[in-house]
Amino acid sequence: MKFGKKVLALGLMAMLAISALTGCESGGGTVSTDGSTSMEKVIGALKETFENENKSISVTYNPTGSGAGITAVAEGSCDIGLSSRDLKDEEIAKGLEGTVLAYDGIAVIVNPENAVADLDVETIGRIFTGEITNWSDVGGADAEIVLIGREAGSGTRDGFESITGTKDSCKYRQELTSTGDVITTVAGNPAAVGYASLASLKDSVKALTVGGVAPSEETIRDGSYPVQRNFVLVTRKGETLSPSAQKFFDYITSEKAAEVIKNAGAVPVK
Amino acid sequence: MKNRKAAFERLVYGIFLLLGLVTVGCVLFITVYLVIAGLPAIREIGLWQFLFGKVWASTAAEPSYGILPFILTSVYGTAGAIVLGVPVGFLAAVYLAKLAPKRVKSAVGTAVSLLAGIPSVVYGLVGMIVLVPAVRELFRLPDGASLFAAIIVLAVMILPSIVKVSVTALEAVPKEYEDASLALGATPVETYFRVSVPAAKSGIAAAVVLGVGRAIGEAMAVMMVCGNVANMPSLFGSVRFLTTAVATEMSYSSGLQRQALFSIALVLFLFIMLINACLNFFLKRDKEGAK
Repeated sequence: MKFGKKVLALGLMAMLAISALTGCESGGGTVSTDGSTSMEKVIGALKETFENENKSISVTYNPTGSGAGITAVAEGSCDIGLSSRDLKDEEIAKGLEGTVLAYDGIAVIVNPENAVADLDVETIGRIFTGEITNWSDVGGADAEIVLIGREAGSGTRDGFESITGTKDSCKYRQELTSTGDVITTVAGNPAAVGYASLASLKDSVKALTVGGVAPSEETIRDGSYPVQRNFVLVTRKGETLSPSAQKFFDYITSEKAAEVIKNAGAVPVK
Repeated sequence: MKNRKAAFERLVYGIFLLLGLVTVGCVLFITVYLVIAGLPAIREIGLWQFLFGKVWASTAAEPSYGILPFILTSVYGTAGAIVLGVPVGFLAAVYLAKLAPKRVKSAVGTAVSLLAGIPSVVYGLVGMIVLVPAVRELFRLPDGASLFAAIIVLAVMILPSIVKVSVTALEAVPKEYEDASLALGATPVETYFRVSVPAAKSGIAAAVVLGVGRAIGEAMAVMMVCGNVANMPSLFGSVRFLTTAVATEMSYSSGLQRQALFSIALVLFLFIMLINACLNFFLKRDKEGAK
């Protein structure tokens, strides 16, 4: 009895280990994607609708991070790499090609009672690293700034910190596990400031304009709102994808997929 | 005929045995899985650094996995909840078991059961929306999410188990003890505190240990009020418990970070085992005392 359980546990462990090792491999009816953890929601939603329409093709997604995803597609160990940053010049020189799938817009939110309405990216960075600690320093009431963030590993946190240049140095007062929690907390504390993806904004909080630009689908699409980044599909230049991978690629970049992308919290290109 | 009956008996016996083993199997599976999943990260990080490291930065460029802040927070939080919850729960139990009129007793008893049945996420929600802003206003803090708020939520959450188990223990005290005390001229209140409570003390101790177990294992409710930043604990600072450390990062974790989360779960599991061992000890003593 005891032995059996151990075998079962070991078997499960082995399965976990194998699934971690294999990552993604190309095959007839499967499309493998690998990369950015921030894109999990968007790719997950696209995968679901795509698989509903194409029962014979299965899409795999391996959340390894943008860098690892780009490496994987360069080495040919997956069909489509997912990156939440633009490709660097040396990556393009290696023969990779980026196609922007969607934009990820992050709103900086404060309590509606807060008098501050506009900050620039640099000031936001200085606030979140604890350099500026009082709202009166940026034109608000005399109150200690309360920083509300997301948990380590969250895509929104990763996006916000990389855009504002505050990676690993944010002095959060609270780390919450969902956008909804962040909004509720900011709505409940007049001195709080947090961030949330644009799609999930509610009226209970006020979105700051950044450098004078209010976050909206239009300002994100035309690039004038600064707290945003691209979700990029990475492929090898000049090489044809497998038929099923091409089909998936065509589907997710089509107008039909725009609604799905929007529902998953990002701003579609089209 | 007789043979068939015996076969049927054996069959039923077999089915019951199987069902009984399901529970045992689950416990064994979870234990073995936690040990297997939790050990690799500890080995990689180093036991000392893991248990006594003061910095947790799992996704930093140079990650650091020290869970001392979580361990201390869990210990302080539980201790705080006991300090606040036990006196209230204990005195409520004495009142319910000995002093309360029948009608009041049944009404309060129902309320206590109801309190036990409220899902922890509801405690968390009320804590987040009512308690956290209240703590902020009351103590003039920039933000109310803190160890203090978590302690209050936990203290309320452990009340039902403390009250119920204590009431049962107090009611089990033989009436003759109390009658004898009263006959000797002691007042009822003297009797309850000098005779009934000492006679029920191991049952009450078991109630306290049960409360400790519930407080240390609670994740959802504290996650919503404690702030979740991996600081060393301070009463009005943002803190992270062992349970919330696992819960907050699990969904997006990968690699060593994920393995380290299993290791935290293993540490938590050992804590709970220890508490259960204490509970068994008290209950056993209770039984022997009754003989």
